[in-house]
Amino acid sequence: MSYVLIIGAKSDIAKEVARIYAKNGYNLYLAARESASLEELKQDIALRSGVEVVLKEFDITAYETHESFYSSLEEKPLGAIVISGYMTEQKEAQKEWNKTLETINVNYTGAVSILNIIANDFEKERRGFIVGVSSVAGDRGRKANYIYGSAKAAFSAYLSGLRNRLYESGVQVLTVKPGFVHTKMTEHLDLPPKLTASPSEVAEDIFNAQQKGRNVLYTKPIWMVIMLIIKHIPEFLFKKMSI
Amino acid sequence: MNLFSWGMYPKIKSNVFSLRDTESLCAYAEKTEEFIPYGNGRSYGDSALADNIVYTKPYNNFLAFDAQEGILECQAGVLLSEILDTLVKRGWFLKVTPGTKLITIGGAIASDVHGKNHHTEGCFSECIEEMTLMLPDGEIKSCKKGDALFHATCGGMGLTGVILSAKISLKKINSKHINQTTIKTKNLKETFEAFEKYKDMPYSVAWIDCLAKDEEIGKCLLMVGDFANDGDLEYKSKKKLTIPFTFPSFALNNLSVKAFNWLYYAKAPNGISKQKVDIDTFFYPLDAIGDWNKIYGSGGFTQYQFILPKESSFDGLKEILGKISASGKGSFLAVLKLYGKANDNYLSFPMEGYSLALDFKIETGLFELLDALDEVVVRHGGRIYLTKDVRVSRETFEQGYPLIETFRTFRKENNMDKKLQSLQSKRVCI
Ligand SMILES: Cc1cc2nc3c(=O)[nH]c(=O)nc-3n(C[C@H](O)[C@H](O)[C@H](O)COP(=O)(O)OP(=O)(O)OC[C@H]3O[C@@H](n4cnc5c(N)ncnc54)[C@H](O)[C@@H]3O)c2cc1C
Ligand SMILES: NC(=O)c1ccc[n+]([C@@H]2O[C@H](COP(=O)([O-])OP(=O)(O)OC[C@H]3O[C@@H](n4cnc5c(N)ncnc54)[C@H](OP(=O)(O)O)[C@@H]3O)[C@@H](O)[C@H]2O)c1
Repeated sequence: MSYVLIIGAKSDIAKEVARIYAKNGYNLYLAARESASLEELKQDIALRSGVEVVLKEFDITAYETHESFYSSLEEKPLGAIVISGYMTEQKEAQKEWNKTLETINVNYTGAVSILNIIANDFEKERRGFIVGVSSVAGDRGRKANYIYGSAKAAFSAYLSGLRNRLYESGVQVLTVKPGFVHTKMTEHLDLPPKLTASPSEVAEDIFNAQQKGRNVLYTKPIWMVIMLIIKHIPEFLFKKMSI
Repeated sequence: MNLFSWGMYPKIKSNVFSLRDTESLCAYAEKTEEFIPYGNGRSYGDSALADNIVYTKPYNNFLAFDAQEGILECQAGVLLSEILDTLVKRGWFLKVTPGTKLITIGGAIASDVHGKNHHTEGCFSECIEEMTLMLPDGEIKSCKKGDALFHATCGGMGLTGVILSAKISLKKINSKHINQTTIKTKNLKETFEAFEKYKDMPYSVAWIDCLAKDEEIGKCLLMVGDFANDGDLEYKSKKKLTIPFTFPSFALNNLSVKAFNWLYYAKAPNGISKQKVDIDTFFYPLDAIGDWNKIYGSGGFTQYQFILPKESSFDGLKEILGKISASGKGSFLAVLKLYGKANDNYLSFPMEGYSLALDFKIETGLFELLDALDEVVVRHGGRIYLTKDVRVSRETFEQGYPLIETFRTFRKENNMDKKLQSLQSKRVCI
């Protein structure tokens, strides 16, 4: 069976995405920084599903390594899923340029760097799928989170353009916009239970949307409605609001 | 964050630490004054609730599987449903499973859960070959049957440490189907006779009609069964319905009255009927409706589950069912089951006798009623199941669990009593 490449494989969402693709028979390339710590997950997946799992060292901000990383994959993947992301406190990002830059680079520049390479290959092969995990935070910049949000907005725009470009070659591009998810990233936050998904729910939604050939996925689905409203609040009101 | 368990009562604010690796857990345990493990929150009451909780569900890797012996080693956050998803198709099932598959291995051990086959297979601890846990001082220890740590931890409600992983021995099956026989009875005497008559069947459980009065008290549908042998192992977990909002509770009672009556009057016209059902229908009927706990409304509910020794079961149950039916409270259906012998664990619930479980919406006057039922339970030498409980008094609890002092002493001697505390352990002074 074909391989799926998961980038940012140590994330809580990625772990569940990996399991669900494996359960459905896909072999996996799991790419992450310090990937050796993924040995346990590799063993877990092998026991649950019996597929091949290959661990790959990968840093999404080490752009210069991306070409050689991709050419090192012996069998080229059928799909690539970019899940890595970085979110810091807005207040810290405002104060420290390094954190702003890290936010932009992990969520946007790095993702673009690797996806450019993958897209060229998939376009040439005229097959494959690309899934990018962006965020509802990219749908509108809010004072509480606009540095992260703007990097995700750029990523969403990139994926939209990529989808448009790859349509002709039959390559699917899925933009995933999670709302709140219980993960390491949000552990310190008090999230509203009804609007918060578990990593396994998100993974299931991603898998189903990708298999159905969908373009944009909000997860939980209620976030589509919420963001529709938020996007339509007139700017003169929006600028006075704290949401 | 806001935290509650299956009964949605009480709802409290807690600090959550998610378990991902043992190093950070060790650091957490060192710096945190008091905490309790929390699995998947399927206990009904306050045993997994505290100001600080260790959320164990993210710690959920499979570690090894011996396909010859059917022994799975996995981390404590793995859900029973994940085990079924991977292993039923290879011909393995849990030796012991409760009425929901949405619980963690850690929760199954800590409550020493039991299922429809308690009278033949005992509690969950029976299938634990070995387990490891982190004690509150950060030390990681393994234990197995015979060790004091094992007998304190199985049924110990998270009060001995954080269970990290376990080796579980599984049962070989050759079908995803169960051949079920449904027997209907007219009163408690017939119900008891039916349990005795079918006690060699590996699985059995009865639904009691709690509205029945006088001579009809104890009228039930007894369901017994065993795995089929048809070689069909194509198990796929059922998609569940979800209840998106909290519900008025009379709706549930009406539904269950209808379901029971339909089965009682239509399905077993001559007293006995046979069905072939799948694993999910037989073992986990309630899991088919996700979040059914919302049906009781946002005030929450509790489940009252007690067990009485066999000698006094008949009189005690009759008295309690009479009181419940007179009170007009409580769910229409109750679950009755005959249990096998007690084990050596200090706080495990089962003993040889009959147990009854039913749900009550939290409302004024409820706890007074349950106190009155407690009095009957204690008078007949019975006890209350901690994993369902949110209100029992220290006295009632202590009278039901003769090994409580052994457990307390064990906790003290091993410096577990200060750090590991839940709302429940404080209430009943464990
Ligand atoms: C629909 C339904 C049906 C049920 N049927 C049955 C039944 O037939 N038989 C039965 O016995 N029970 C039954 N139960 C109860 C349920 O099986 C137990 O409450 C079980 O312990 C819940 O496990 P959990 O993972 O959700 O743990 P939680 O509810 O989160 O915690 C329960 C207890 O386990 C402790 N704990 C959890 N994880 C760990 C860990 N890693 N280390 C140490 N302690 C830990 C907690 O501190 C707490 O004391 C049922 C519950 C429901 C909702
Ligand atoms: N949680 C939410 O509520 C939420 C909401 C919307 C969108 N999202 C998005 O969902 C995705 C997954 O996040 P998560 O919630 O699962 O959080 P997470 O567990 O913190 O995952 C983020 C992952 O990104 C990886 N990463 C960071 N910098 C990297 C780099 N330079 N190179 C390679 N990998 C890097 C991290 O790897 P290390 O382990 O090595 O640090 C980490 O595994 C992210 O894109 C996030 O923005 C999350």
